[in-house]
Amino acid sequence: MKKINREHKVRNFQQAKWDEPIIFELHNSGERGVLLPHVESEIVDCVGDGLSALPASLIRKSAPKLPEISQNRVLRHYLRLSQEMLGGALNVEIGQGTCTIKYSPKINEEIASSPKMTELHPLQDESTVQGILEITHKLDLCLKEISGMDYFSFQPGSGTQSLFTMASIVRAFHESNGEGDQRDEIITTIFSHPSQAATAAVKGYKIITLYPDKDGFPDLEKLKEVVSDRTAGFVVANPEDTGIYNTRIKEFTKVVHDAGGICYYDQANANGLLGITRAKEAGFDMCFFNLHKTFSTPHACGGPATGALGVVAKLKEFLPGPIVEKQGDQYTLKSDMKHSIGKVRSFQGVPQMIVRAYAWILAIGAEGLKDVAEIAVLNNNYLYHHILKIRGASAPYIKGQRLEQVRYSWEQLTRETGVTTDDISRRMADFAHQYWTSHHPYVVPEPFTLEPTESASKSDLDEYIASLTYIANEAYENPEKVKNAPYNSTIHRVDEQDFFENPEKWAITWRSYLKKSKEIEKIRS
Amino acid sequence: MKEMKKVAHPYIPNTVPEIKEQMLKEIGVKTIEELFSGIPEELHYRKTLHIPKALSEYELRRYLEGLLSKNTSTTEYLNFLGAGCWNHFIPAICDEINSRAEFVTGYAGDPYEDHGRFQALFEYQSLMAELVDMDVVNVPTFDWAQAAATSIRMATRITNRTDVLLPKTISPDRLKVIKNYCSPYINVSLIDYKEDTGLIDLEDLENKISSNTAAVYFENPSYLGFLETQGQQISKLAKKHGAITIVGVDPSSLGIVEPPSHYGAEIVCGDLQPLGMHMNYGGGQSGFIATHDDIKFVQEYPSRLFGIAPTVVEGEYGFGDVYYDRTSFAQREKGKESVGTQTALWGITAGVYLSLMGPEGMYELGKSIMQKSQYAMQQIGSIPNVVASRFESTSFKEFVVDFSYTGKSVKEINKYLLDNRIFGGKDLSEDFPELKQSALFCVTEIHTKEDIDQLVSVIKQCINSK
Repeated sequence: MKKINREHKVRNFQQAKWDEPIIFELHNSGERGVLLPHVESEIVDCVGDGLSALPASLIRKSAPKLPEISQNRVLRHYLRLSQEMLGGALNVEIGQGTCTIKYSPKINEEIASSPKMTELHPLQDESTVQGILEITHKLDLCLKEISGMDYFSFQPGSGTQSLFTMASIVRAFHESNGEGDQRDEIITTIFSHPSQAATAAVKGYKIITLYPDKDGFPDLEKLKEVVSDRTAGFVVANPEDTGIYNTRIKEFTKVVHDAGGICYYDQANANGLLGITRAKEAGFDMCFFNLHKTFSTPHACGGPATGALGVVAKLKEFLPGPIVEKQGDQYTLKSDMKHSIGKVRSFQGVPQMIVRAYAWILAIGAEGLKDVAEIAVLNNNYLYHHILKIRGASAPYIKGQRLEQVRYSWEQLTRETGVTTDDISRRMADFAHQYWTSHHPYVVPEPFTLEPTESASKSDLDEYIASLTYIANEAYENPEKVKNAPYNSTIHRVDEQDFFENPEKWAITWRSYLKKSKEIEKIRS
Repeated sequence: MKEMKKVAHPYIPNTVPEIKEQMLKEIGVKTIEELFSGIPEELHYRKTLHIPKALSEYELRRYLEGLLSKNTSTTEYLNFLGAGCWNHFIPAICDEINSRAEFVTGYAGDPYEDHGRFQALFEYQSLMAELVDMDVVNVPTFDWAQAAATSIRMATRITNRTDVLLPKTISPDRLKVIKNYCSPYINVSLIDYKEDTGLIDLEDLENKISSNTAAVYFENPSYLGFLETQGQQISKLAKKHGAITIVGVDPSSLGIVEPPSHYGAEIVCGDLQPLGMHMNYGGGQSGFIATHDDIKFVQEYPSRLFGIAPTVVEGEYGFGDVYYDRTSFAQREKGKESVGTQTALWGITAGVYLSLMGPEGMYELGKSIMQKSQYAMQQIGSIPNVVASRFESTSFKEFVVDFSYTGKSVKEINKYLLDNRIFGGKDLSEDFPELKQSALFCVTEIHTKEDIDQLVSVIKQCINSK
């Protein structure tokens, strides 16, 4: 038998396509997916059908129009949908820049799936949850070591919620000093995640955005111009989404501190920094880590997740409660922080992610953490080196100095071929690759952002480079081919973007689609 | 065989020394250290991190399972705690689907790479829409508390007003989250409840509602378990003053109880955790928001909303983001609040759950919870000096038990129950001092008659003990 030809690196890929209908189309009247526990006859004898206790006005008159489907058909439906996607376990997701899609070890899934974790009620007596509290405490110790911060809260449910929590702490801190109203501005940078600006705005702050200088560094002179006694805080990622580490970060935090502001650090991009450099030494008062990025807990299609939030000692009393404390050999939940902002998420956050993140750190060890950072940066620089050789591709700003990711540009390719980064994104799907452009606004023209992490092997990187090279060449030779992609994905190009922008046509649910398509048909006929 | 100088880490393929060398050479760099030259020396952390030595997979399992074994789970003890996180039956298919590697490790890919994720979440939105009988449901938010906070913020934007009214019976934790999301510019005031029924005091509502009121928010069932029967009156009153009615709802009730959209709610929110999520010490919470398909409302969602559209090939369903320009992804601080990672996997799971349950399953679920919780109430209430339920209204799933006349505090009773392998109800004495020594008990479809009888018998023993 002839071997699969993998020499040219570009994968001969066909995404699964099951032509699976919408779940409602699988309805067969009378079918059942699952049966419920019985109600004992003695109970029925005592209370009857239970429903007659309901006030008549509250009894549901017509049953919800859920589909009726047998169990195996439901299973098959969702298994088929699961095949019609990629994900970091099935695929090498170099293309989801800023997302740090690294390997999520299966053993961690198994451990966290123990009933000793999944079947805990959040209000159980502390004496019955010593195991999870101890694990939380131990992860807390690790993250303190990695960041230099003094206390951690695991309550925020994501990076965005952690940013919101930090903006809340900034406000509470200034309020406690009687400067709550006066300090009404938060400074951020354009290459930081949009949630930094957005969450500060939710807390009522006016946002000042710094743009990069010619080398791609946030503009220090500009910062000096904008700080004042109105500055409440400064929030930034470092490296930013360009992958460029701001070498003068300590000067930035000093300028802000001198003006009386709080400096908080978005460490969503921390993967190249583990064991290399810490938030504390750079002058930050707070930082957060996405456990689902740097610490390998799975991304779960977008949560559940944890944005572990660290603060310096002076901000401890502002943390949301509860936090875990060790007293003697017992672990306890402490909620009586004097200036606590209250809460941002119910209960204790998403504790099953704490177990996974701690498991990952234990499997990696201190030395391994440095390997993670070093290999993530090596992989990224390898990718960078080769992508710059692709016709039409570039990486704006300073040459080199990239850590774990890079924001590239197809400006030249678009100018010369008319093929855009969005076209390339769709074409990459034909080769089993994720590919991410950038948040808006597109400061870098025709952007794309790649982050290989430490999980990609050299041959994974080579494959990604080969696919991009192939598509770039195709753009020059046959641009229409790229523009009309994809061809090998589950679906073809969505026909009318109008369906997502026009209120007459958009359908956010199946029932809405059925109503609107009838109306559209009526108009057409 | 010669021992290798360094063992490659199983999670990090390029720790193989030869490959590392080859890559460095290819990019023209001598050492990895050079790649970090942009980090100033004073910021280089040169010490060794105090972090345990790496464990092998077997050691890791053994160690962590050892730590977890210090927990006592609700599979070992009888559990009557609810208060925002509930012990329900979870069909095996829910776990099978939400542990599929593709869903577990998917993230933010485009519809062409991640068609399955888009379809599954669109279906979730559609199934949930049937349950609440509304046309728009979002990709899930963090939890009920944050969904309620966002619903409130949506209402303030729609009405351009800044005051909101909430019932005094709201979960104290939820209130903390809401207040934090509302501060500093949205004023939150609480409406009194009727002492005998727990229901909203309409007179107090009339006194507090004004032309500044953006929204009246209430819950059905309430945090304290009883059903609010005055929905229609409340929403009429809100409407009269130009305010929006928001109702937080427990979706497990909606097979038998009218959805809030039927009594005037314009925004409905709640928690998906009862629909197939393990409690996970609180990590199973997941929020939803639903509205009618009115652009005034749709444009105020901060969340992603997945829509369906045709592709260039006839007979194919495509998916994508509806009205993306609303979001902070598109507009940064000018977008509606913020969006990002929330709890999408729980949305997919709730979709699987509702597909399995169907209308009949949801009906039986509601009915069984009503029967079992009423039985529990009746039995507990028959214990001398114990009042169950504290309120005259009908309860769903949870109810307040008043122990004030037993001479024992809830703390003492719960300690006794714990010693007898039972997690008793949530102690309300601190959060609701007016209810004195009361506790909130939760009974669902998973409780058997034997479980309930056991609870009753231990409470009796406790009360009779010295």
